[in-house]
Amino acid sequence: MFGTGLLKGLGVTLKHALETFEDDRESVPDRYKGSLDLGNNRKVIQQPIDQEGLLTIQYPEEKRLLPERFRYIPMLIWDSEKQEDRCTACGICAKVCPPQCIWIVRDSDENGKPVTRCSEFYIDAAVCMSCSFCVEFCPFDAIKMNHDYELAVYDRYPQLVYDMEELTVPLEYYAALWPTQYEEEQARRKEEEEQKRKQEEEKAARAAARQAAAAQKAEAGAGAPKRSAAELQALAKERAAQRQAQAQGQTAEGGGDDDAAAAKRARMEDLKRRAQERARQRKLESGNGSS
Amino acid sequence: MTEATAVMDAPAGELGLAPELADAVVDMWAEDTEKAYVIAPDRILEVLTHLRDGQGYDFLSNLTCVDYEGYGGKLRAGIDARLEVVYNLYSTRRGGGSIALHVRVPEDDTVPSATSVYPGANLQEREVYDLFGVKFDGHPNLRRILLWDGFHGHPMRKDWHEAYYEEDAKPFRSRHPKGEYEFHEDKVPWAKNTTYPAGWDPDSWQEAVAYVPVSQAPQHEDKPHLDTESIVVNLGPHHPSTHGVFRMLTRVEGETILALEPEMGYLHRNHEKIGERNTWLMNMPFTDRLDYLNSMSNNWAYALAVEKLADIEVPERAEYLRVIMAEFSRIVNHAWSIGFILNDLGALQTPALYAIEEREMILDLFEAVSGARMMCNYMRFGGVVRDLPEGWHEQAAYLANERLPRALDELDRLLTENEILMARGRGVGYLSVEDLISLSVSGPMIRAGGLPYDIRKAEPYGIYDRFDFDIPTLPNSDIYDRYYIRLLEARESVRILQQALRDIPEGEILGGRGGYTLRAPEGEVYGRLEAPKGELGFYLASDGKTQPWRYHVRSPSYINLNALGPMSVGYKVADAIVILGAIDIVLGEVDR
Ligand code: SF4
Ligand code: SF4
Repeated sequence: MFGTGLLKGLGVTLKHALETFEDDRESVPDRYKGSLDLGNNRKVIQQPIDQEGLLTIQYPEEKRLLPERFRYIPMLIWDSEKQEDRCTACGICAKVCPPQCIWIVRDSDENGKPVTRCSEFYIDAAVCMSCSFCVEFCPFDAIKMNHDYELAVYDRYPQLVYDMEELTVPLEYYAALWPTQYEEEQARRKEEEEQKRKQEEEKAARAAARQAAAAQKAEAGAGAPKRSAAELQALAKERAAQRQAQAQGQTAEGGGDDDAAAAKRARMEDLKRRAQERARQRKLESGNGSS
Repeated sequence: MTEATAVMDAPAGELGLAPELADAVVDMWAEDTEKAYVIAPDRILEVLTHLRDGQGYDFLSNLTCVDYEGYGGKLRAGIDARLEVVYNLYSTRRGGGSIALHVRVPEDDTVPSATSVYPGANLQEREVYDLFGVKFDGHPNLRRILLWDGFHGHPMRKDWHEAYYEEDAKPFRSRHPKGEYEFHEDKVPWAKNTTYPAGWDPDSWQEAVAYVPVSQAPQHEDKPHLDTESIVVNLGPHHPSTHGVFRMLTRVEGETILALEPEMGYLHRNHEKIGERNTWLMNMPFTDRLDYLNSMSNNWAYALAVEKLADIEVPERAEYLRVIMAEFSRIVNHAWSIGFILNDLGALQTPALYAIEEREMILDLFEAVSGARMMCNYMRFGGVVRDLPEGWHEQAAYLANERLPRALDELDRLLTENEILMARGRGVGYLSVEDLISLSVSGPMIRAGGLPYDIRKAEPYGIYDRFDFDIPTLPNSDIYDRYYIRLLEARESVRILQQALRDIPEGEILGGRGGYTLRAPEGEVYGRLEAPKGELGFYLASDGKTQPWRYHVRSPSYINLNALGPMSVGYKVADAIVILGAIDIVLGEVDR
């Protein structure tokens, strides 16, 4: 019969409207369940997959909770445990980057010899295609994807060319954004370090043995014993143990050693503050640029 | 071509050519990877006709060209024809693999146009002419297509350099050679590309509108008495319900369309040139940007071609993940397409928004697994890049088993019997399925004409042979069927999803050897899959280096536009909009 199709269609529309209406009349509508309230109408919403009715999120007051793997612009990791940049200026990320938007200048020591550290690290955020290849292929876990997507500015240059300072974030920031991956990575890094330590220990032991043998030879030659092989080996072990203790001490320090912890906290605060300042300035500059 | 006589007989026999055509095959190419028959230029039409009529190769899928200037590989030692036109033929009745033909063309020579045998060669030959400068004899309308008429040079030639040319291959030594950050476009713009063709004056140039009817010959007879005048109307760039920046040049008489021609290229960024500078892997995120609604399928198609070329194995779990992602992506695409067909019919927004509710959920899942909703960049040569995060599988299973079937049923209830949809859709935009095939159209369009041709069944890739699903077909080949077929296909995708999510095994997700240092062996390959919009293929040629020598995208959106003109002629202007909508194009893929 003519018109049945239309009526059915209108029925579907009505059902949708009623669902939203019903949902909205509840004290907490479905789409706000489990969301994080930041006050002032600002919310971070995790939309349930079985959400019925209205699905709209009122950006910018309301935002989506981003999944851990969300990728936007890369960031460089400041390893707050070791108090150093993780990046070694190996340049792999710049090689694999499809639009070639990474630019690295390797640092050098006072003799002009290049060292494994970079003095400059730029990413052109206007060119970056958020592909995450740099992250995938960095062998040192030094570059990760940031979740900060509100980067709009009025001018492309220099606001959108991020330098090393703007890119660097403390490890804790990364750990908070990417908890699962961070855990896995830390476990893997620990294991690798453990292996490295073992290898070093063995090397030291071998070196000691060699030394001892040499010493023995020398002894045989000159007759002046310095240290026996056993003694040397014991010494090497002791040194290794010391190193390990030191390393552990460093990682365990956290709340223990006040000075170091305070310094670290200060450094982190400093990094954060600087990042905020830069962001403010960027906005300001770009505002000026347009006026 | 000294040994040509030695190879002459055997390949012709393999091709099943009649004896009188045996001498048309002059050589073979790249027998290690995918073999191709090199045909003498003056015999190509005879061979094509024979293959079409005698052997059922009714579908000219891919037609492109390769510029071998400066080619370093061994295979072409001693051959000096610079350009090579490539044809890939399939049979839609029989299914199965392709026959690849090459025609060697010296620079500035011409090739007979295949349009008389396969009218679908139309747009592809224009593209080859535009980008390579190969002229096709007998082409009805050989004009530039992606670039504007004043463009100088043919950009896919190896010796053509763009305005901010840096180097031939990535990684570049440095984007910042002087140690200072600078943008190329801040240097004198156009400094390196301000040449015009000889005799070209940009000031006096006017776009020739008179060519509109040329290719389709409007029925505009001399009438002795009072006659209405036909006029040329530009639909676009833009509006035609804004599938993107696209223009339809129409000649109308009253409201009726006499001739229509698609004009495109507004989004052309020379994707293929970029692809030939990139390393193999770097192209992966670029494929996301082709049909940006379906980055998962694009990734897969490219990975498929490279895996075929370099012989890379894919672990079991990764195969399942690929199927899951591709089918989710098909549902997204079809929901989107249904919504926007209705939009084009004037049902503004309501159906579209209902149709994309579930899309939202699926994109959230994509984001959770790959990090981005649309630019997924999820697949790698030999698998996928990340395993599923916690809770993903349950959510996906909920979608596939409960939410999506319900949503599709609801769309069905909302739209299928709608009188307006029927009135506007039934019998509009009709073109027989035989015509569609000869125009190289693929995907839902031909299935809505009654031909059950789907690459997932016809030439199964990945693990599609393990799933139980049907290929829905509808008989009428009109707008209404093109709408409804997408709904039916989305239902089949749900079925595949349910099975894939049920059967997915644990295990590895990425096989080795596909990293950023990949060097594909010398040769060529054409890999294709059934993308939501039709046959998406990647034609790749390698000289054994870290970059593809030739990287060509056979894009369904672009080639399906072959049918736009023939489908629209005789209908009203308002119908043309929805006829375009029902082809389902994405300009990122049309223009590349
Ligand atoms: S970020 Fe990683 S890949 Fe890039 S230079 Fe530093 S260490 Fe190397
Ligand atoms: S995310 Fe991709 S495009 Fe961006 S800097 Fe990293 S490699 Fe380059």
